[in-house]
Amino acid sequence: MSVRLGSVTLPSPMMTASGCAANGRELARFFDIRELGAFVTKSVMADPRSGRGTPRMAETPAGMLNSIGLQGPGISAFVDKDLAWLKQAGARTLVSIAGNTSGEFADVAATLRSSDAFDAVVGVEVNISCPNVANRGLVFACDPMASAKVVALVREQLPRDTPVFAKLTPDVTDIVGVAQACVKAGADGLTMINTLLGMVIDTDRLRPQVAGVTGGLSGPAIRPVAVRAIWQTRAAMLEGRLPTVPIIGVGGVRNGRDALELVAAGASAVQVGTATFNDPNAPVRVGRELAELLQDKGFERLTDAVGVAHGRLA
Amino acid sequence: MSAATTRHTSQGSGVVQVTGELIATRRVGAYHHLTFVAPGLAELARPGQFVALAVGGDTSATLLRRCFSIHKVSPSGTYGGTVDVVISAVGPGTRWLSTLRAHDEVDIVGPLGRPFPLPTEPVACVLVGGGYGSAPLFWLAEALRERGCHVELVLGAATESKLFGVLEARRYGDGVSVTTDDGSAGTKGWVSDVLPDVIRRTSAAVVYGCGPMGMLKSITDVATAEGAVAQVAVEESMACGVGVCMTCVMPVTGNDGATRMVRSCVEGPVFRGDRVRWDAFVDGVCRVPADTVGAPRVGGH
Repeated sequence: MSVRLGSVTLPSPMMTASGCAANGRELARFFDIRELGAFVTKSVMADPRSGRGTPRMAETPAGMLNSIGLQGPGISAFVDKDLAWLKQAGARTLVSIAGNTSGEFADVAATLRSSDAFDAVVGVEVNISCPNVANRGLVFACDPMASAKVVALVREQLPRDTPVFAKLTPDVTDIVGVAQACVKAGADGLTMINTLLGMVIDTDRLRPQVAGVTGGLSGPAIRPVAVRAIWQTRAAMLEGRLPTVPIIGVGGVRNGRDALELVAAGASAVQVGTATFNDPNAPVRVGRELAELLQDKGFERLTDAVGVAHGRLA
Repeated sequence: MSAATTRHTSQGSGVVQVTGELIATRRVGAYHHLTFVAPGLAELARPGQFVALAVGGDTSATLLRRCFSIHKVSPSGTYGGTVDVVISAVGPGTRWLSTLRAHDEVDIVGPLGRPFPLPTEPVACVLVGGGYGSAPLFWLAEALRERGCHVELVLGAATESKLFGVLEARRYGDGVSVTTDDGSAGTKGWVSDVLPDVIRRTSAAVVYGCGPMGMLKSITDVATAEGAVAQVAVEESMACGVGVCMTCVMPVTGNDGATRMVRSCVEGPVFRGDRVRWDAFVDGVCRVPADTVGAPRVGGH
């Protein structure tokens, strides 16, 4: 089940999803986080952020809506406390970073790069698609130019052998266009998808149910959207419209079969997000189920299953 | 499967994830009282902690866990360790739980959160429960009495059927007061109407509370005015219960005087009442106080 993502080889394709696993200590109570290919941390910004008020969450059919608002300690406290802990725990860490401006992304990457615990970092995920930031609905990843600028600035701050993944939103007309811009700007891979912008109204009080009014929709309900986005992007790679780079699939994965669906569409690695709220062991359980399924289907290596569905059109 | 199984928990982490087998379910007033065999959980649990139950089965479209205070545990019952919870069937998850029958299974994670801190001296304590918020207080009363504390209970609810454990309370406490909004049982009014007298009469040093947020605020106000410390188990909606989803936050002031949005599942659910920023809660919404660390600047996040 080992997987190569840019210049890094991971022993497993399984990862937590950013924002669904905190920063390590919480899930370490349930499983050995070294079992994961990579532990993906919650998006960290330059300064401490309180996040939004509550309610921050609404349950939806086979999913949930959240408006956390990127609560976090800020990059300095993150590298001193959280990343240091992850390093000591032996976790391969994919650090998710965010910013209000492209310059802030670069500053966060620079602080990360200069930290003592940087050798625990196996990659940086650039969250250009969180719907819970200032210009919500107008995230960087809705605009190829803005996406490319962020990716290029982050790329400059990091060593060449640290893979940079751009995390994309499906809330766009042409996700392949955004992917092209990110790869051209230096992204070594793509993570897709982030949550979809959604809204729930409390029908007792007849007012928006979450304090942020709109929020990010996640969970099994969005898996078909993730499969579609991965499929379209992988197809563009196969057609030569986009250089072939690894895709990390994320969106509604709850079991091994769900993970296999993303892999067959073109994902080389899989993140488990909202399912972790239902089962804290989900990120490692899904990995075991995926390995069994691949074996049952006669795949000797995970790599052989990546994008396999593209050659099997009905 | 007759014996529940423990699985996938790191050794010594103080929490287990188990398949719990329901062995008893009964109506108690407006509530349902459920007993699960949950090996390994009872031995770890302390009063004030809670469990997170998965609802609807393995393929349920209702993904988020439901969190409940632990009513009591029995480490060595006939069936092995058991855990009891009291639920109010108001939404799809709790309604599903209320329709379970003996031998049905539920995935349980627990014990979670910080327990009620116990006084080191045998001081008088008042335990205040609103509705089924009284569920964890009887076990707490037992622990306090073992330490030589004088224990009084105050139970309040909108109406008689929404009280929980009035009969039990007489066994666990040295004194019991009951209030209902409509006067259908005990004193007509709120717990805060009778609480000052109980605190004064017993010279209570600590007031423990569990129930709706508005009630916890008034318990804190009364306790503070009477010179007692309030320790309250808050009620905040949680998606995971284990500290990863960040939905159950509330503004709490720390030892350093700074207010932060902290997770009630891992930093709570028990907080010192005077540390909670009750001023931020209005009409079912909690805003971020402007002096909170990392609070949104003008224009919002």
